[in-house]
Amino acid sequence: MKPAPFAYVRADTAADAIALIDEDPDAKFLAGGQSLLTLMNLRLARPARVVDIGGLGELNRVFDDADSVLVGATVRHRAFETDPLLRRLVPLAADAARHIGHVAIRNQGTLGGTLAHADPAAELPLVMVTLGATMYAESRRRGRRAIPAQDFFVSHYTSELEPDELLTWVRIPTLLPREGWGFVEYARRHGDFAIAGAAAVVGLRPDGTVERVRAGLLNVGDRPLLVSGGASMSGCRPDDELWRDLAGEWVRQANPPENADYVRDVARAALTRALRAAYDRAVSAGGE
Amino acid sequence: MDHVSVRMTVNGVLVERQVPARTSLADFVRDELGLTGTHLGCEHGVCGACAVLVDGSSVRSCLMLAAQASGAEVTTVEGLPHSGRTARLRDAMSRHHGLQCGFCTSGFLITATELLTDADAVEAPDEGTVREVLSGNVCRCTGYQGIVRAVLEVAGGGATAPSGGEPAARGGGPGAAATAGQQR
Ligand SMILES: Cc1cc2nc3c(=O)[nH]c(=O)nc-3n(C[C@H](O)[C@H](O)[C@H](O)COP(=O)(O)OP(=O)(O)OC[C@H]3O[C@@H](n4cnc5c(N)ncnc54)[C@H](O)[C@@H]3O)c2cc1C
Ligand code: FES
Ligand code: FES
Repeated sequence: MKPAPFAYVRADTAADAIALIDEDPDAKFLAGGQSLLTLMNLRLARPARVVDIGGLGELNRVFDDADSVLVGATVRHRAFETDPLLRRLVPLAADAARHIGHVAIRNQGTLGGTLAHADPAAELPLVMVTLGATMYAESRRRGRRAIPAQDFFVSHYTSELEPDELLTWVRIPTLLPREGWGFVEYARRHGDFAIAGAAAVVGLRPDGTVERVRAGLLNVGDRPLLVSGGASMSGCRPDDELWRDLAGEWVRQANPPENADYVRDVARAALTRALRAAYDRAVSAGGE
Repeated sequence: MDHVSVRMTVNGVLVERQVPARTSLADFVRDELGLTGTHLGCEHGVCGACAVLVDGSSVRSCLMLAAQASGAEVTTVEGLPHSGRTARLRDAMSRHHGLQCGFCTSGFLITATELLTDADAVEAPDEGTVREVLSGNVCRCTGYQGIVRAVLEVAGGGATAPSGGEPAARGGGPGAAATAGQQR
């Protein structure tokens, strides 16, 4: 037995979970447990009580909502890889989710858990920032509120969520017709947290030239980093060299805490490939 | 207050116990039920020795509370069938020298069973897929080659699927393998 003693209560509904956490400031939500239980086993976390939300069926659902998809907080990482609707609507997340730990971790870990845990090396937070998702949180005290992904991640392991707030749903914009995506990361071994990684979305005009580019980096600082500015690709049909130059410019916005030059080099390689993959997919999706 | 009552089916048998809330599923099957085939290596999710199936999906039993598994159907290595693919896998593991000390073996059997009995798989997993799926299990003895060969033999594939193929879909319903690389 590894964790310090605690009391366990299973929430039957989201409303129940919110009420239970409101009663007890020393309680913590337990979703998949793939981060919290490791911390508790190491006694880095010692909640007096855990409120188990992992089995909440009402949040283990996905809704196709025209230009966005609404994904519940208890949807497993694995579902991004295997659920046909999610794969079709957020292929970037399907690609990214494959890099999270191993199958057994992904069978248990939840979307709400990885977002609330806010590890700067985590894949799905970067996907949410890159796609411009919105998180919905609910608590007794504050009611419901919507938090844009870009404001949600505050620092290492720190999100905008207050301790009594339940992350309920995430609204993820789906890709437009002439958009393509790319996700690339480098880790020492498959399933390890990445040294650095990148996600990108490239959108084309009807004539096949670039209209917009959105990209972000993981594990280059204290939270997922959306990069922007730099040479405009608008109206271009960039070749590999142009993408590499843009990636080189963009990774300068990153300030990795350790081995900065090396991490930036790795991030640049990942970003170059993610941008190219996104562009190629946009082209074959009918940009031209 | 710190005790919980848990009730689950383990290897086909309904069990009910009062345990401290902090009891992991691993400690529950080992200490409460005496099913010591499930091993504990790292106890923080890294080594895979403790893998069991919960409602058909592999999980780390060191990172799941017994209380979380209450109501579920759990299969440990002792409960894997003695016929069909799992039997062939056991046989292939010994022929290919897929085990030496055996500490990791139950975890590998669970992980490989999930892969090999994937109802939604469209094609036999190729070597890349097998290696990717097994990468969550650590073996300190064999060097992995024999384990990979054994799983590939039972998968019946090896050369069929294109390289770089993604792990086949599970639990996603029919047609789950559709869309990587395409627009909607
Ligand atoms: C060996 C191993 C390798 C891993 N590798 C990776 C990796 O490569 N990439 C990666 O991204 N992750 C990795 N993970 C972590 C994994 O993705 C976790 O599943 C995830 O970080 C947490 O999700 P969870 O559902 O397990 O949350 P839990 O561990 O249950 O909870 C994590 C935190 O979030 C809070 N929380 C959970 N749900 C909610 C909610 N709905 N509302 C408010 N707060 C909530 C909890 O209170 C807790 O503080 C790895 C884990 C392990 C054990
Ligand atoms: S003991 Fe559970 S993963 Fe190592
Ligand atoms: S056989 Fe000894 S650890 Fe794998």
